Amino acid sequence: MNDKLSQLYQQVLLDHNKTPRNYRVLDPADFEALGHNPLCGDKYKIFMNIDENNIVTDVTFIGDGCAISKASASMMTTFVKGKHIDEIEKLFHQFHDMAQGKLDPENDPNDLGRLKIFYGVRNLPARVKCATLCWHTLHAALKGKEKVTTE
Amino acid sequence: MADSSVSIKSSAALEAAGTIDIERCRDDFPVLRREVHGKPLAFLDNAASSQMPEPVMRAYTEYHSRYHANVHRGVHLLSQEATEAMEGARETLRGLINARSSKEVIFTSGATDAINLVMQSWGRTNVGEGDEILISTMEHHSNIVPWRMLCDEKGAVLKVIPVSDDGVLDMKAFADMLTDRTRLVGIVHVSNTLGTINPVAEITRIAHQHGVPVLVDGAQAVSHMKVDVQQIDCDFFVTSGHKMYGPTGIGILYGKQELLEKMPPWRGGGDMILSVSFDEVLYNELPYKFEAGTPNISGAIGMGKAAEYIMSVGYNAIHKKEQELLRYATEQLQTIEGLRIIGTAPEKSSVVSFVIDGVHPHDIGTVLDLEGVAVRTGHHCTQPLMDRLGIVATTRASMAMYNRREEIDQLVAGLRKTIEMFR
Ligand SMILES: Cc1ncc(COP(=O)(O)O)c(C=O)c1O
Repeated sequence: MNDKLSQLYQQVLLDHNKTPRNYRVLDPADFEALGHNPLCGDKYKIFMNIDENNIVTDVTFIGDGCAISKASASMMTTFVKGKHIDEIEKLFHQFHDMAQGKLDPENDPNDLGRLKIFYGVRNLPARVKCATLCWHTLHAALKGKEKVTTE
Repeated sequence: MADSSVSIKSSAALEAAGTIDIERCRDDFPVLRREVHGKPLAFLDNAASSQMPEPVMRAYTEYHSRYHANVHRGVHLLSQEATEAMEGARETLRGLINARSSKEVIFTSGATDAINLVMQSWGRTNVGEGDEILISTMEHHSNIVPWRMLCDEKGAVLKVIPVSDDGVLDMKAFADMLTDRTRLVGIVHVSNTLGTINPVAEITRIAHQHGVPVLVDGAQAVSHMKVDVQQIDCDFFVTSGHKMYGPTGIGILYGKQELLEKMPPWRGGGDMILSVSFDEVLYNELPYKFEAGTPNISGAIGMGKAAEYIMSVGYNAIHKKEQELLRYATEQLQTIEGLRIIGTAPEKSSVVSFVIDGVHPHDIGTVLDLEGVAVRTGHHCTQPLMDRLGIVATTRASMAMYNRREEIDQLVAGLRKTIEMFR
């Protein structure tokens, strides 16, 4: 297969797209935010609960969009669960830099682990936003600092 | 015409008189020879911007290398040549759409700019509270947003003609929606998303029975079919250079002279005046009244050249070839399981929009790109139409006269590969 193609759409990504993990509403949720890319119509809602030590106890999402945005959201939820919210802040910046090609996950220090597969989008400027949409959404939810509770 | 610019005009006349064999026209488009991602380019995004043939580029370069100067104001030779070339382009474009007079052809920066001119000048003068503007569900954002803005400013009402599931305008509903408050009908000639060709002459006839003027958005029409504004009888017609093998940043507004005469200028500045004092301004005559400031001279020349190019290939040949490509693409795409064509009106230009079960258009677009196939994915600046059809996005292949069956085969192969990957 085409190199760039196989690098971008790795099997893990395709698998998360087809069977997204943590794909459900979390009710009640401490944090909740809507991520929308009006340009392509990608729309996701992210829900998150944390405990008294600011450790993520649960994180889920719902919504629709392209394979890259959906797989990214799915993998993000599996990755941040159990982590401290300060770590999430760090990961957000690392992921963002990687997607834009400013961070090379193989050679620069980072904690991105299996999220490295999204390094492929750096070659495709039109798709960078797809990969980072869920991270921006999660980040916005945390930055809001206000706990959003669903009725 | 001054002797010195005879060369400019005569080469134009030569090409307009001669004919270009459509089967060979591809050779005139150097970009079509390039590769992308190591694959031969199959350029099927012509509805977004079509490519430029060499004669257009040459006209452009010639202006810059021989007579780059400001227009309408110099006594020197270069300025005269630039003025003649630009006015020659206006005349060519007049002929292309068969306007009565070149006074009716105003250069703008594109179709969007032309619609905004009508909104700002005609609209703000003629539309008041409670008045209605009638557009269709399949309008491009450029024929929605200006009217939404005007309605918000004036307290007017924006009404929308419905379309059927297969993308055909509901003519019955249209006739019923015209009221004594309707001030304007704005209608897309050819839908950029669906390819639907609207019966603009019929629409105009019906609107005129109610005394309502009609603006036709012809951005997607001029490269595909002969447009005759007198036969359509529309009051305004807009189009863009870059969708008809010309440059970006240039377009035209056609308006009936009696309407344009009555409209106030929108932008003020140089070129659009006869005389200026601090107390009073005397406006220039048409079309200059609407062309404040130094225009896009090279763009206008390029657009004129593109019109000549189209005429020298001939609309008959273009129509035949493109309809044949449309038929082939439609047939081939329908062999793909889970693919649904969006927009199946009986009268279509060479545009095929589609969705595929379980694969998002953006992923399709990316895989196709890496396979050398350029298509557009997304809402195509027609979000309300997408909402009406209950989809967020489509993949759109749009063919031009230079496309080949092989490129459609490349598209279909790319789609099969995409489906295999995502299954
Ligand atoms: C139907 C239609 N109208 C208007 C426009 C706007 O053209 P421009 O962006 O050149 O002003 C487009 C361009 O996509 C179009 O397809």
